[in-house]
Amino acid sequence: MEKKKGLSLQTILTIAGIALIYLLAFLLDRIPGVPIMLTTVLRKGAIYSLVAVSMNLLNGFTGLFSLGQAGFMLVGAYTFAAINISSGIRSTVYQYYDPLLKFSLTETLQNALGSTAGTVLGVFVSLLLAGLLAAVLAYLIGLPVLKLKSDYLAIATLGFAEIIRALVQLEAFAPVTNGSQLLRGFPYFTDTFMPFVIVGICIAVVVLLINSTYGRAFKAIRDDEIAAEAMGINLAHHKRMAFIISSFFAGISGALLAMYQTTVQANTFKSAMTYEILLIVVIGGIGSISGSCIGSFLFIACSEWWLRFLDNETYIGAFKVPLLRTGFRMVVFSVVIMIVVLFFRKGIMGTREISLAGLADRLRKESVKGGKEA
Amino acid sequence: MSTPFLHVEHITMQFGGVVAVNDLSMDIYPGEIVALIGPNGAGKTTAFNCITGVYEPTNGRVDFMGEPIVCNHPRGKMKKLYAGEEAERYLSLPTVSYTPDKITKRGIARTFQNIRLFKSMTVFENVLTAMHVRRTSNVFSATFRANRKEETAQREKALELLKIVGLDDVKDELATALPYGKQRRLEIARALATSPKLLLLDEPAAGMNPQETLELTTFIRSIRDQFGLTIFLIEHHMNLVMDISDRIYVIDFGKQIAAGVPAEIQNDPRVIDAYLGVDEDA
Repeated sequence: MEKKKGLSLQTILTIAGIALIYLLAFLLDRIPGVPIMLTTVLRKGAIYSLVAVSMNLLNGFTGLFSLGQAGFMLVGAYTFAAINISSGIRSTVYQYYDPLLKFSLTETLQNALGSTAGTVLGVFVSLLLAGLLAAVLAYLIGLPVLKLKSDYLAIATLGFAEIIRALVQLEAFAPVTNGSQLLRGFPYFTDTFMPFVIVGICIAVVVLLINSTYGRAFKAIRDDEIAAEAMGINLAHHKRMAFIISSFFAGISGALLAMYQTTVQANTFKSAMTYEILLIVVIGGIGSISGSCIGSFLFIACSEWWLRFLDNETYIGAFKVPLLRTGFRMVVFSVVIMIVVLFFRKGIMGTREISLAGLADRLRKESVKGGKEA
Repeated sequence: MSTPFLHVEHITMQFGGVVAVNDLSMDIYPGEIVALIGPNGAGKTTAFNCITGVYEPTNGRVDFMGEPIVCNHPRGKMKKLYAGEEAERYLSLPTVSYTPDKITKRGIARTFQNIRLFKSMTVFENVLTAMHVRRTSNVFSATFRANRKEETAQREKALELLKIVGLDDVKDELATALPYGKQRRLEIARALATSPKLLLLDEPAAGMNPQETLELTTFIRSIRDQFGLTIFLIEHHMNLVMDISDRIYVIDFGKQIAAGVPAEIQNDPRVIDAYLGVDEDA
């Protein structure tokens, strides 16, 4: 009985912590004079959290070393953009082509349901569609690719991601994808709260999945494929499932990234993007959801904000600070990453999860230990 | 006796030119404890792997509860390399080749000679994970916790299993942190969690001292009775084997050299030869 009480207290603590984060995000939108860099980092960090978590589901929890994340993000971003370009500027967006999709989902719903409800529903449905299309593609790619193991799987998925990027720029698909020109004129974020909510819901679903019987099966596959199969876990089925679910959320985060950037262009979804995400996963800790989230905010903050000053030539009086010039930021950034990889092999979190409940638990254990010693 | 529970028929497993299991046939009846013994490298574990679907045997067939779970004949390049007999018998039969998970689902569970626990999981989670095979939930109902009843039932059953094998006091420890003997017990508990009808134990007493081996004997009997199992085991500890088995099969170089009740096996000259070597001078 007592134990149950303790558990509920821990749950309350966790919920309170999450609520606090959301309250801050909510207030942030309403406080004037918030540095633009802060909102940038928070929004982009949230989106990267989701894609890092989706990659962690594959690489960290199922043990499938896949590098196709940017490809699935691209599919999500293009899906979201193509079905939502507002009719007013469609002809200017598709400057050289005759657009194939002559509707905007969000606009249609706005006309039918009113402005706010229409936007919310339109964005929600579009995000879902973006994820679903990425998932369908993942199913198809998974058919040949998931038979491969470790490095070979990584190479194959990386290859497929590049193929997708090349394909959308193809002239034949231009009536939808606008070739190598960018797509714009679809709904975008005007606040920080909205991306936090969407990302929060998605990550919550992943956490629920990981803690379910299927999540345990994924971890079993990661730990020992032969034993997992001998315990009745269908390897092909579960690997495919993890691949599809991961891609679904990668697709959604791609669409969110499109909303954040307000434009979509195939060239932003290069393999370098996948490496960035992989880096976040590694820095945060392979097999830790909260690690991925912390890692992505840190990564985005460093790359977009905190290390910016390194790119500007600075004078202290008449003294020109040496080395500071455009591009030096990336040098320092690389060194920081090397240090992390060399000295924090398991990342920030390892495979642990951060939680107020866990923190409380640890404190209690420490006090018990202390009590015993005394 | 009635129809065999597990019926192994002319199983040959050939890796290229190496014949690991050669024309092995055996029958196991419900409720029996049957041992498979033989010198090192005789092909015991390979035989296990053929039955559980890890390997696809080159030739032969295995029936479990009257239904084929493995059936194959030499195909492709193995046609030329095949050194065994009875290949024609299975030519006309349809090839049956289930993956290990399907065979586990039908009710055959196993443990491993070199312990293969899920390293990152606790003792409790190891057992719980093995129950995944008996789930009725799909990924959506499991994610959104619509399967609470099943989950609770699984957790209760896992705890009960841990109590039976005597590991409930260490249930929250990492599986790999357990001492060797307890890891073996956990492997058995994990196998039992798949609700098997036939349990295959691959050297359950490996690395155990005589006292632990003695305990294991009682333990294996007790789980057989408690769960209504049929047990098929590979073992090197002759005391254990002779004590526990209803019948024994002996193989050497992949070929069956003797079969019978323990008393017969103990006095069989071929078995003694296989284990001690033939005296050249005699």
